[in-house]
Amino acid sequence: MTAVTADTVPRIAPLFRFQWEEAQRCHVLLYPEGMVRLSGSAGEIMKRIDGKTAVSGLLEDLRAAFPGVALERDVYDFLETAYERGWLRSAVAQ
Amino acid sequence: MSADGSAAPSHSKKLNGKPLWLLAELSYRCPLQCPYCANPLEYARYKDELDTEQWIDVLRQARKLGAAQLGFSGGEPLVRQDLEVLIAEARRLGYYSNLITSSVGMDEARVAAFKEAGLDHIQISFQASDEALNNYLGGTDSFRHKLEMARVVKKYDYPMVLNVVIHRQNIDQIEDIIRMTIDLGADYVELASTQYYGWSKLNAELLLPTREQLARAERIAHEYQERMKGRMRILYVVPDYYETRPKACMNGWGAVFLTIAPDGAALPCHAARQLPGFEFPNVREHTIDWIWNESPAFTRYRGDAWMKEPCRSCPERHKDFGGCRCQAFMLTGDATNADPVCDKSPFHAQLVAEVDRITAQPIEAVRARPLVFRNTKNSRALS
Repeated sequence: MTAVTADTVPRIAPLFRFQWEEAQRCHVLLYPEGMVRLSGSAGEIMKRIDGKTAVSGLLEDLRAAFPGVALERDVYDFLETAYERGWLRSAVAQ
Repeated sequence: MSADGSAAPSHSKKLNGKPLWLLAELSYRCPLQCPYCANPLEYARYKDELDTEQWIDVLRQARKLGAAQLGFSGGEPLVRQDLEVLIAEARRLGYYSNLITSSVGMDEARVAAFKEAGLDHIQISFQASDEALNNYLGGTDSFRHKLEMARVVKKYDYPMVLNVVIHRQNIDQIEDIIRMTIDLGADYVELASTQYYGWSKLNAELLLPTREQLARAERIAHEYQERMKGRMRILYVVPDYYETRPKACMNGWGAVFLTIAPDGAALPCHAARQLPGFEFPNVREHTIDWIWNESPAFTRYRGDAWMKEPCRSCPERHKDFGGCRCQAFMLTGDATNADPVCDKSPFHAQLVAEVDRITAQPIEAVRARPLVFRNTKNSRALS
C-alpha cells in the first residue's frame, strides 16, 4: 500500500497508456490486451497527472476547475487505488 | 443442426456493443507447426491475403466504430513485410497495438523499427522451457532465437507478455516454464491450457492433461502468483473440459470481439470458421459497420433470443452466454445447444466420460503416437 501525500508526484506507469476514447465518451487506460474505463472524475484526475505535478498541485488545479466541490478525500482515495492497481508510479521519491 | 438460427431479433445499433477488440490475422503463413494452432484446419485454402491498403482501411473503419485494442496476429504476422506500415497507421489512429508473435522472423533492427512506428506491446510464444521439447512442438529450431528476442524486447523497454500453451506434454515442466519467464523479465505470463478446436481437437488425445497433472500445475501456478505479486502477473487458464460452468466465450458473440482473417473474412471469433451454415462476410465486399451491426453472421447469436434450454431459463445466461458456440457444435452437433462443459447440459456426462477415457491412457502410450503438426501439407490433406 502506497501512502499518497500532498508531496507525492505521480506519473502513469509505463505499462499503461491513458487516452480519451471518443466512441465510449470516456477516458481509458490501455495496457497489453486490456482496457480500463475511467469514470468522469477519475478521468479528470488522471489527465492532470504529468509526472511533474505533486498531489498538492493536482488538487489546486481541480479546485479551480470545480469550485465549491469537496474533492480532496475522493482524490486521495482514487490515487491510492490507482497506485494499488499499478496504474501509477512515483516520479520523484518523497 | 438448428434450422437456421434466425431467432435472433434485429438489434438497434445502440444496443449492440462496440468491436473494442480487433484481431488482425495478417497471414496464415507461419514458420512454426504447433499441433494446437488456433488457425482453421483448412487454412491452406485461404491464400489471397488482404494487401496493405485494404488492411489500413480495416483499421480505420474499425477504429471509427470504437475499436481500441488491436492485435496483430496470424499465422505469424512477421511474415508481412508491411507490418511496420500497419503499426504506424495503428498508432496514428490511436489504437493500443499488440504484436502476437513466435518471434521467428524478428531481429533487433525490426524491433527498433516497430518501436519507432509506435507499437505498444509484444507477446512472444514459447512452446516449452526446454529446448528439445520447444523445438519439437514448434516443428522448428526456434528456442534460442526466442530467448534472444525476449531479451531484445525488454531492451527496447516494451511491456512483454510471454505466452505458453500448456498441455499434457509440457504441463509437468510448469515450474521451469514460470522460472524461465521470470528470468526473461516478463511483465505478464499467460499459461494457457490448450482449448480444443481445430488442430488441438485433432490432437486432443495427445494434449489433454490428467486431473492429477492439472491439480499439481494449478498449485504451482498459484504459488508463483502469490510470490510474484506486484512484479509479474501470471494468468493461468484452466482447460475448460474440467470445468462445470462454461467460459464466457468472447464475452458473448459479436459483443466486443472482431477478427479479420487473412483473406478478409470477418469472424466473431477466430475459431468460428468451422461452424456450418455460415457465410462469414468479407471486408472486400462489406463495410465493417454493416458486418458488425447488420450481418446475419454477427447477429445470429447476439443477445439471448437464440438460446434453447437449459440456457434459455438459466439465471447465469448473461454471465457466460451459454459458453462457446464452436464447442457446442463440435460436441453436440448443434451450435445453439449449451456448451457441454456446463453440468446443466445433457451432454456433460458424455464429455466427462470422454475426458476420463482419454486421460486413462498412460503417458508412454500417448508419447508413442504421432502428433499431427500444423503445416500446409496436413492442411491440404484435411481440407
